[in-house]
Amino acid sequence: MNLANLSPLAVLLPILGAALAFLLIRHHSAQRVVSIGILSATLLLECLLLISVWDGGTTSVTLGGWLPPWGVVLVVDQFSSLMLVVSTVVSLAVLIYATGQGMADGDQEAPVSIFHPTYLILVAGVSNAFLTGDLFNLYVGFEILLTASYVLMTLGGTGPRIRAGVTYVVVSVVSSVLFLIAIAMIYGATGTITMADLAIKLAELDQGTQNLLHVMLLVAFGIKAAVFPLSFWLPDSYPTAPAPVTAVFAGLLTKVGVYAMVRTETLLFPGDTLNIPLMVVALLTMVVGILGALAQSDIKRLLSFTLVSHIGYMVFGLAMSSVAGLGAAVFYVAHHITVQTSLFLVTGLIERRGGSSSIDRLGGLAKLSPLLALLFFIPAMNLAGIPPFSGFLGKLGLLQAGVELGTPLAITLVVGGVVTSLLTLLAIARVWNRAFWRKPEDAEYPDPVLKTPGNVGVLPRTMVGSTAGLVVFGVALTVFAGPLFKVADGSAGIMLDRSAYIHSVLGDSVVVPPVAQKDESQNDQTPADDARTADAK
Amino acid sequence: MSINLTLLIVMGVLYACGIYLILERSLTRVLLGLMLLANATNILILSTGGYAGLAPLFSKETNPETYSDPLPQALILTSIVISFAVTAFMLGIIYRTWVLARQDEIQDDLEDVRVAKTPSFDAEDDAIVPLETSEFAVTPASSADREKPDATETPNKATTQEGGSA
Repeated sequence: MNLANLSPLAVLLPILGAALAFLLIRHHSAQRVVSIGILSATLLLECLLLISVWDGGTTSVTLGGWLPPWGVVLVVDQFSSLMLVVSTVVSLAVLIYATGQGMADGDQEAPVSIFHPTYLILVAGVSNAFLTGDLFNLYVGFEILLTASYVLMTLGGTGPRIRAGVTYVVVSVVSSVLFLIAIAMIYGATGTITMADLAIKLAELDQGTQNLLHVMLLVAFGIKAAVFPLSFWLPDSYPTAPAPVTAVFAGLLTKVGVYAMVRTETLLFPGDTLNIPLMVVALLTMVVGILGALAQSDIKRLLSFTLVSHIGYMVFGLAMSSVAGLGAAVFYVAHHITVQTSLFLVTGLIERRGGSSSIDRLGGLAKLSPLLALLFFIPAMNLAGIPPFSGFLGKLGLLQAGVELGTPLAITLVVGGVVTSLLTLLAIARVWNRAFWRKPEDAEYPDPVLKTPGNVGVLPRTMVGSTAGLVVFGVALTVFAGPLFKVADGSAGIMLDRSAYIHSVLGDSVVVPPVAQKDESQNDQTPADDARTADAK
Repeated sequence: MSINLTLLIVMGVLYACGIYLILERSLTRVLLGLMLLANATNILILSTGGYAGLAPLFSKETNPETYSDPLPQALILTSIVISFAVTAFMLGIIYRTWVLARQDEIQDDLEDVRVAKTPSFDAEDDAIVPLETSEFAVTPASSADREKPDATETPNKATTQEGGSA
């Protein structure tokens, strides 16, 4: 209980670290020590937070002496602390990788002195977005991480990065404006922006207003999460950034959008009013994304498209609004953050070793660098969902939940999910066959590095080490999938129930409006939902 | 909650102009559009606070109904600061684009253009491979295939560098 009072530190520590790193701007090694040390401390703290809510508690911290319906609250529950831990593990690995790259390159391409403070601010923004219990504070969290990401995206200011940065900044600003408009509308309609209070007051509005606000929030978050019709910006902007930056963006930023969608769907607008459109969108995201991936020849762009595609799985789990579906989605988010980031880190290594990230120019890497091949192979199979790995378990959970739901649309999505999984395997196998398996001479435009005899351009140990660490963490998610699934299902149960969240923020005396009371059509729905979850047990 | 009609009309006009401007290809106009959108949203937040009232400083004699709502103003201050930072950053980017490319226009993604131009015919997958009837191959077909002009294009790296230095 007491431990949750430390939760503001998850945001404050990185910000303080950023300030410190900025002061040490001329001392590169001191900067590295500070930022890695601060992130490790944050990770430790977040692990403690996760342990404190492991069995399903929800605690909240009031900031600044204003009581909950007015002031800002931070809420620690299973979902938010799990996301915190996974995101910080990933950010720490990427930070170590980036320092390795900076040291090896003599800090030319990426001005590391700016990189460290900005990176820590990004982590602070992500933590803030995960922890906050206030809608406007969520907006502020988004802005912190977005502003930091603008700087990281255009690091070095080369032509392609500026071009990609323009698209990214404009799209992000537009989505933020949409989010702000939604907040203003919600405040105008209810007079509050604390999420727990909103959960009660939104239910009192008429259905039309509710749907309008609901759709506005989902569109704003949909742009950030790169859900299909709104995902066009992602493959254009991510691949040009430096490898570690792309890796952390791919892992974290879209997942913050998914996190916000989950909170909207479960806490603010429970019930299944928009489930059918969400499912359709999820299906389109999966299929269109993966078809895009098949057309690419650049590994980074290919991975960006698989990233879009796999967001569809999470939206699918969310749209089922059952404990099994949401639990599998939570597990899938944790798995996907890790795997997608490790793949982008490996691509950075491939680029270093093979001189390019285009599969038309690569070949024979498996022979040149077997370790690299292994580091690519494990997360790649994990992403495609090959049986022993966590990707398979997450997808299996989603598909089972879909079959349990049993509606024709859910079954279509199950089929779509399987097809997407196979197509992912095809896309990944294409990379494997061309970059790793064939002879360098067979490449269309082989890079000269590949034909040079001897071990040229040996990969820096720090970079390989941090990538390997993240790959091992991804495998650990498979090994400890049992307890992890337990927590994911527990968090899904708590989120769908809502009362623990609302009581922890507003006190136990508040009456939580049951979902069924919200509108008449859902009266019939809820018992059926209950029966389904009972069947699942 | 009373609503100020002037504010609403101003807000609508700002949104309309902002949306028109962000659809332009010139970066400066896009930036102006984003600023108008941000300001229109600030007015929207202000109007959610209801009628203008007394400054929200607590005194015992004042009827709570006569205060104006302080929360929207706090939100607006935050959003002004944020849009200020983003505007400054956008100006930096626009200047950088001008320095690099001497133009103020959004450029197409090179890789997108390349993928769009790629013919649906893929030499490796779709070429008609001469049916091998004998057990022993006479000519290695692979090297001849690769020289096909329609399937080849200038390598990636070259185009990227060209774009960067242009």
